[in-house]
Amino acid sequence: MVESRRSYITSRIVFHTVLAFFALLCVIPIISVVSISFSSGTSLHLEGFTLLPKNVDLTAYRYIFKKPYQLINAYIISIEVTVLGTVIGVSLMALLAYPLSRRDFRLGGIITFIVFFTMLFRGGLVPTYILVTRILRLRNTIWAQILPLLVTGWHVFLLRTYFKTVPFELIEASKIEGASEFRIFIKVIAPLTKPGIATVSLLLCLGYWNSWFPALLYIDDSTKVPLQFWMMRVMDNINFLLSLDTISVDFGLEDIPTESARMAMAVLAAGPMLFIFPFFQKYFARGIRIGAIKG
Amino acid sequence: MAKKLSGIRIKSNIELFLLTAPALIVVIVYYYLPMFGIVIAFKDYKPMMGILGSPWNGFKNFEFFFRSSQAWLSVRNTLLYNTVFIVLTAVVAVTFAIMLYELKSKLAVKFYQTIFFFPYFLSWVVVAIMLYTFLNEEFGILNRLLTIIGFDRARWYTEPGYWPFILTFMALWKRVGYSMIIYYAGLMGIDPQLYESATIDGANKWQCTFKITLPMLASVIVILMILSIGHIFYADFGLFYQLPLQSGMLFSTTDVINYFTYRALIEVQDYGMAAAVGFFQSIMGFVMILAANWTARKISQGEHGLF
Repeated sequence: MVESRRSYITSRIVFHTVLAFFALLCVIPIISVVSISFSSGTSLHLEGFTLLPKNVDLTAYRYIFKKPYQLINAYIISIEVTVLGTVIGVSLMALLAYPLSRRDFRLGGIITFIVFFTMLFRGGLVPTYILVTRILRLRNTIWAQILPLLVTGWHVFLLRTYFKTVPFELIEASKIEGASEFRIFIKVIAPLTKPGIATVSLLLCLGYWNSWFPALLYIDDSTKVPLQFWMMRVMDNINFLLSLDTISVDFGLEDIPTESARMAMAVLAAGPMLFIFPFFQKYFARGIRIGAIKG
Repeated sequence: MAKKLSGIRIKSNIELFLLTAPALIVVIVYYYLPMFGIVIAFKDYKPMMGILGSPWNGFKNFEFFFRSSQAWLSVRNTLLYNTVFIVLTAVVAVTFAIMLYELKSKLAVKFYQTIFFFPYFLSWVVVAIMLYTFLNEEFGILNRLLTIIGFDRARWYTEPGYWPFILTFMALWKRVGYSMIIYYAGLMGIDPQLYESATIDGANKWQCTFKITLPMLASVIVILMILSIGHIFYADFGLFYQLPLQSGMLFSTTDVINYFTYRALIEVQDYGMAAAVGFFQSIMGFVMILAANWTARKISQGEHGLF
């Protein structure tokens, strides 16, 4: 008994050490970016990047907010894409996944296959590019950025797995009372599967907020670029910001906080996702359940 | 009565179909139309003439495969990286999930799950900036640590030899949290009585892990594996495009199929070559996923598989 007690404690220590080490790896880069964003250009030149700033300096943020129009515009585009994409995407996918979760839906098999096949075989970049730019003519619209994540097989099947947990008797009972299928979904299924719907919404929201590839392909109008893409462009060219205004007049050249400005932008780009973290805690941490496609 | 019931059934089937319709339209337009577009691989595509109007040119678009070593390099890199990612992500995520499960502390589970999911919250653009704070030659944290312990500064962004390790590490860093949450959810479904009866029969912790936990997790592991094998010809574009800061000097270890196609399409505007690579990717991906599923079914005697 003593032996097993000891091995229990050893294993706990080992597990905690390993997990805590990885946790540190997850957190340190984030701390370093935040701290560099609060460092002055001069202290960076003297001491390099450090994990904690010697003194808090807001030059980088002041610098970015001096001419904030592009940044604000990019924020607005990202918010539009994220909100529209998440709301429409989750609605469409939930309404698709619900019938697929029903054993008594005659077309369930074939529609499941139609959706599932998109996970097996894809047209690829070139046909999709031609579809979006030439046939749908969505170049330089937010819809070109929304479409790629709108309905994805993986998310549809995640939702279907959650919907399957609702006992069929509940649906049957509402049907006998004469409720329509749409009403059953809204009144019975959705409330019972809130964690699942919230989980997929969160994944979609993250996906949209962090997306830049559609913008790289389809957007060349600088007033239509989302935040991540705008940031990417700024990173590409260290002197991008410098070229924008008469900076050298206002700052001494060595004070131009290019490095810390980059970090400040990263903070501003990733920051809003903190708002969805409480939802993560509430729903997502319960887990994502997956199952085989058939069954 | 029977007649009335079937009337209800037909009505509800129609209603259910109508619910699926909007999403189905998106699926058909966005996924199925491009599937027919793969014929572009065999055409001399001219944007002005459209897909149907452009002339056929047989296998001409595929010729570059035999001329350009860069194409093969990108295929090799994609396959090697993805193989390593698939194996390591599964091993690390399953190990972490089992550790969490064994800790049996609600607080610890919540804490670690939340923190491990942090990297998944960040876009590759932000991650690239983060990595830069570590790898920057002059000010970077890693080089400063190296000089402190007496080594020379490493030129991270110009020396390709480092990147297989950097990219593998970063891929795991970003993905392990997500996979771990899926595996952990799988573990939550295991009946605790299995462990109780095993312990009564004299099984120790290791035996429980290998004889109960892992087999119970097998179906989830298999599903995720098959899906990622189906994507083995598709690289995570952000990882390879953003993190090396598009440094051409690193291409020997950082170029992947998707990057190659992207350059062919956007930079060179060679639709034919890009479509040929895309065709290769689609067909190989399809074959891989069928093969993976077939193998999984065979090995598990029909018990596990995606479909």
